[in-house]
Amino acid sequence: MMNKLLLGRFIPGHSLVHRLDPRSKLLLSFYYIGIIFLANNWQTYLVLFLFTILAVRLSEIKMSFFIRGVRPLIWLILFTVLLQVFFTRGGTTYWSWGPIVLSQFGIVNGIYIFMRFVLIIFMSTLLTLTTPPLSLADAIEAILKPLRVVHFPVYEVALMLSIALRFVPTLMDETEKIMNAQRARGVDFGEGNLFQQMRAVVPLLIPLFVSSFNRAEDLATAMEARGYQGGEGRSKYRVLVWHAIDSWSVVGFAILTVILIWLRA
Amino acid sequence: MDITFKDVDYTYQAGTPFESQALHDINLTIADHSFTAIIGHTGSGKSTLVQHLNALLKPTSGTVTIGERKITPETNNKHLKPLRQKVGMVFQFPESQLFEETVAKDIAFGPMNFGMSAEDAAKKAAEMLNLVGLPADLLERSPFDLSGGQMRRVAIAGVLAMTPEVLVLDEPTAGLDPAGRREIMGMVTQLHEKQHLTVILITHHMEDVASYADHVVVMEHGTIAKVGKPSDVFQDVAWLQERQLGVPETTEFAARLQKQGFHFDRLPLTEVELAAALLPQLPREAVQPHDE
Amino acid sequence: MTDVTKIIEVEHLNFRYPQTEGRPALNDVNLTIEQGEWVAIIGHNGSGKSTLAKSLDGLLPLTPDSGTIRVAGITLSEDNVWNIRRQIGMVFQNPDNQFVGATVEDDVAFGLENIGLPREEMLTRVHAALKRVRMLEFADREPARLSGGQKQRVAIAGIIALQPQIIILDESTSMLDPTGRIEVLETVRELKEQANLTVISITHDIDEAANANRIIILDDGEIKESGTPAEIFQYGERLIELGLDVPYAERLKAALRRQNLVVPQQYLTEEGLVDWLWTLHSKM
Repeated sequence: MMNKLLLGRFIPGHSLVHRLDPRSKLLLSFYYIGIIFLANNWQTYLVLFLFTILAVRLSEIKMSFFIRGVRPLIWLILFTVLLQVFFTRGGTTYWSWGPIVLSQFGIVNGIYIFMRFVLIIFMSTLLTLTTPPLSLADAIEAILKPLRVVHFPVYEVALMLSIALRFVPTLMDETEKIMNAQRARGVDFGEGNLFQQMRAVVPLLIPLFVSSFNRAEDLATAMEARGYQGGEGRSKYRVLVWHAIDSWSVVGFAILTVILIWLRA
Repeated sequence: MDITFKDVDYTYQAGTPFESQALHDINLTIADHSFTAIIGHTGSGKSTLVQHLNALLKPTSGTVTIGERKITPETNNKHLKPLRQKVGMVFQFPESQLFEETVAKDIAFGPMNFGMSAEDAAKKAAEMLNLVGLPADLLERSPFDLSGGQMRRVAIAGVLAMTPEVLVLDEPTAGLDPAGRREIMGMVTQLHEKQHLTVILITHHMEDVASYADHVVVMEHGTIAKVGKPSDVFQDVAWLQERQLGVPETTEFAARLQKQGFHFDRLPLTEVELAAALLPQLPREAVQPHDE
Repeated sequence: MTDVTKIIEVEHLNFRYPQTEGRPALNDVNLTIEQGEWVAIIGHNGSGKSTLAKSLDGLLPLTPDSGTIRVAGITLSEDNVWNIRRQIGMVFQNPDNQFVGATVEDDVAFGLENIGLPREEMLTRVHAALKRVRMLEFADREPARLSGGQKQRVAIAGIIALQPQIIILDESTSMLDPTGRIEVLETVRELKEQANLTVISITHDIDEAANANRIIILDDGEIKESGTPAEIFQYGERLIELGLDVPYAERLKAALRRQNLVVPQQYLTEEGLVDWLWTLHSKM
């Protein structure tokens, strides 16, 4: 079950993309999702496609990882694409049945939507595959920093985020351990009707809650013993450094934007 | 119920970029009613190995035969219940599996999953609580109000309530104080001797291996490095120490004495055996009959 | 500052957990620990060992009538509890539940960040601390990829980076495998030598207790005995009730006694027992 969760799985490396500052990676990924909506003809989609392939190549990560990222969402994508294909009218109509039509525009739109999904997934997969979750948390903290003016507890939220991330593998192990223990006592997870499946979750969730609360209590004591008194007055060990390649990436995205605007219909 | 591993390999996340081989070339027979200890470092594959005993894991290749039941890579995940009922599994820190409102309900949970009536399961719960040495007035208490040691026994009772023929225990005494450790090991011995359960014990305590097991399996890097009777396996003190696996204190002590010039035909495993072997090598006048 | 060689002084310490009936967790505990001493506190589960350890670090809600605790000359109160915590480093039982940072170096830095140390100084201290516990090469590892013993060594690095005077090991080795246990004990022993640390170890582990200069036995929240390992180990079989195993030499002596051999009454180390047996043997 957990093996399929490729989303958010970091692959260590030293490629150009790995070395980018997480702040620039995070912001540029969001920016990319924004400019995808500029594309509206085959030329613009082709440019975006080539740009994405270039980014993937620069990360030195195998293509198969990215295709895996698409797989869990394939039904959602197909559903949306078919919706577009069958309910868009315009151009030559090839076939129709009641409200359902198969038109030229529909097919083209379907292809565009599919491209849009794949490009967004590739780019966000690229972000999570090349950025350790912790660096992402750092980036989020840096981006949220201005909110301190309105007394938003940025430090606390950042620490919470980093602790949460740090405990993800621990809790996944724990979940698997408890599932195994209950399986050994005759529980069938993922079998039977909905009611039976829901009932099977109880012997998993209760121990998981109990153990998480115990951990939280232990962790609070340990943090207190190590002198944690809240966010104020703390210094920071991790710092983010903006390099030349970050500036160059921004330039690259700016050029892409210009090309898209120029080529779009 | 004999258990046989034939050419078993196991790979975690096989076929993904994260795959890692945990077991290879496992060939092993565990006889009915035996007491087998499995030793080895953390990460040597002990826990992976025992999870094959009730098909929580299926071999990536090879066959595991448990009594009549054959488990192969192709085995369907359904209809494993009869097997899971026969092989009781006590995981490390088993108290983390408790979840019911009362001790009685938690112990009854397993047997009821295997089709026992609520009434019979309640009776069974009372019986099992007694078997693990806890007083009957705990039955209606919440398992979360108990002490750590008591919680562990309740968890073990919950496994025993399924009336398994094979009991697998993964470091059942981890984190307990010496008194608690003795009690748990005493209980396991009782189950083996009186209820005739086949016991498979993962442990780091070589004393326990020496005192209780009739068979020992040494795991190293995902495969079986040595297998035999404890009295044979522990003879090779140097081999075990090289691998930092430890030997029973008596055996280590006897090896030291041997270097000093004492003589042993075979290195003893327990202090009683050692004392008996030392006596003829000490002067008569040092021995005084007690007038007790 | 009072007498500096007395690093910990506990007088008439009483504590009862809120909302509990029956006997208190700690009952009139009096205790003095010298600087540079290694004290093992033993006792069966529920004897109050961990409560005592936590109270020293101001981690329990103590009331004014609880008694007094002085650490390095400072009397524990609400105002200076943070000063006291800077003198004491605690390593807890569960390696996972005290690992705050997302990687090894982040975790070591956590305590330093809390005192607002400048980053330059942090880098030096984190590096030095990791080197001393031999975890430098794991600096960028995540906790999920470390063994229990390694995690505990990281916890120790996090402590020594803060340069405290006292380390409290609160059953820090009880969840580790034998290799991990040895790793952790070796590390603490080395550090104690180098920095003249005071070590208080709460333990069931006989080897850990044998390392100590002094063993204190706690029972039902009261101090029952205090003595050198040799003095305490003479208790033989009784040690089990007190929360400790019987040392091997004592067990063998008991087995020999059952064979009617006349064995020395006083405690012998294993070394001592080998010598004694050998001397006897050579008289044949």
